[in-house]
Amino acid sequence: MSETMPPEQEATVVMGESAMAENLLRMAHEIANDNPELEDLALLGILRRGRPLADRLAAIIGKLTGITPPVGSLATTLYRDDFRGGLGSPKDKGSTHFDFNVDGRTILLVDDVLAAGRTIRAAMDEVMDYGRPRRIQLACLVDRGGRELPIQADYLGYSMATDPGEWVTARLVEIDGEDLVLVTRRDAGEEGAR
Amino acid sequence: MAPESREKTWSRKDLIGIEGLERWEIELILDTAPQFVAVSKRESGIKKVPLLQGRLVVNWFYEPSTRTRTSFELAAKRLTADTLSIAASSSSSVKGETLHDTLANIEAMHSDVIVLRHSAAGAPHILAARHDSHIINAGDGRHEHPTQALLDAFTIREHIRKLRRDPEAGLDGVRVAIIGDIEHSRVARSNIMCLNQLGAQVVLCGPATLMPAAIERMGVEVTHNLREAIDGADVIYSLRIQLERQQDGLFPSLREYIRLFRIDTAALAHAKPDALVMHPGPINRDIELSTSVADGPRSVILEQVSNGVAIRMAAMHLLVNSGGRDRH
Repeated sequence: MSETMPPEQEATVVMGESAMAENLLRMAHEIANDNPELEDLALLGILRRGRPLADRLAAIIGKLTGITPPVGSLATTLYRDDFRGGLGSPKDKGSTHFDFNVDGRTILLVDDVLAAGRTIRAAMDEVMDYGRPRRIQLACLVDRGGRELPIQADYLGYSMATDPGEWVTARLVEIDGEDLVLVTRRDAGEEGAR
Repeated sequence: MAPESREKTWSRKDLIGIEGLERWEIELILDTAPQFVAVSKRESGIKKVPLLQGRLVVNWFYEPSTRTRTSFELAAKRLTADTLSIAASSSSSVKGETLHDTLANIEAMHSDVIVLRHSAAGAPHILAARHDSHIINAGDGRHEHPTQALLDAFTIREHIRKLRRDPEAGLDGVRVAIIGDIEHSRVARSNIMCLNQLGAQVVLCGPATLMPAAIERMGVEVTHNLREAIDGADVIYSLRIQLERQQDGLFPSLREYIRLFRIDTAALAHAKPDALVMHPGPINRDIELSTSVADGPRSVILEQVSNGVAIRMAAMHLLVNSGGRDRH
């Protein structure tokens, strides 16, 4: 999940617009190849930026195969295992919403930045509370490392090693007006988001 | 995940009353509730979330209650908390134990949240000041019933948003008529403060003997004429009439009360066509509300009950999980 960019820091672009489009196209091909039973596939984008990514992947899969899988949103806020950041207003974060039954389906979780893995753990718990999917897969735009749980992406755009003093931020046209992945140096001593 | 912005976060340890709450705090509770409404409405899977997993919520009721006690218990269970219920009649208070001692003993069993209903105004406040558990006031004497006011405001806001087709609409300028025994009603007191904070206009209506002196100082209008109160109201909020008040001589007869203050189809004819009818329950059917109105299309009384669970889930979640330690 994207980290909030600290103000007035120098940022390095690690994935531009065309690279992002290429990565998503490749991931969509892999997803379609791995899931011949496309009627059973459904995508759940983890809010906020996982949702537009899930919409894009579903649209590409639709173009490639003629079958566009259904897409929903997952908030995960009710399944988090820590509230260190305090509880802000949930108003702007959106809430879980999907109108398909997860029982027996392949559920593809989609997120922008994979780091500690705790968000994905929360997302899996949430999906399980709605029913019993046949399997759960994970697609992420960027893996920045720093895993705290044994969770890996099945479909990955870009993998990079970062140190704790760096922020990785995905910016998407649908929310931020541009398609970019940025790495930013953070002031020492400031605790990072995961 | 870091917060998207430096938004205000909840910092209070307890929810003792609406009095003293900032507008943003009230709105934060209301904004937190919809996700819990969705949890209760899940059609498949499990109707609970693990936000209070392994926490202990103690329902400690010194007065009879079905609705509020059940609502808090269900709210705690839907947050995966463990719950205990203590009824005053079966607790050691009958042996002379003080509230502080009883709570100290409950806390020795590592309670997290104490939901207290007590006939003495101020009881939750006194306990909150001295104990570390999160205290939620579920009604104290004639003083306050904050979660009732919050669920009422939430119910009104949801309907205003639907009516105006505006998902961001608030209560600014919404006119709420509260009808009945204002004097003895903690629901009315909490509602007046909550609605005022949210920018609504409140008009009170009832017999002069059941209207507190100088209540206008709370920023409300007062009338003893039902038609005047209902005229132009977006919400008609009927309070329960406690039948023993008639024995106290506060109104001459039920028949007279019904004639002057009952909300029935004839009274509603003077209201806005889309006005809501609300009641905190339990209803005295055909006394403060006619059956046709209580069960009619404008009644949102059962929605109040449903929303009560979500609001109480929101309150418990904010108190416990925001790490709030501020005593007021």
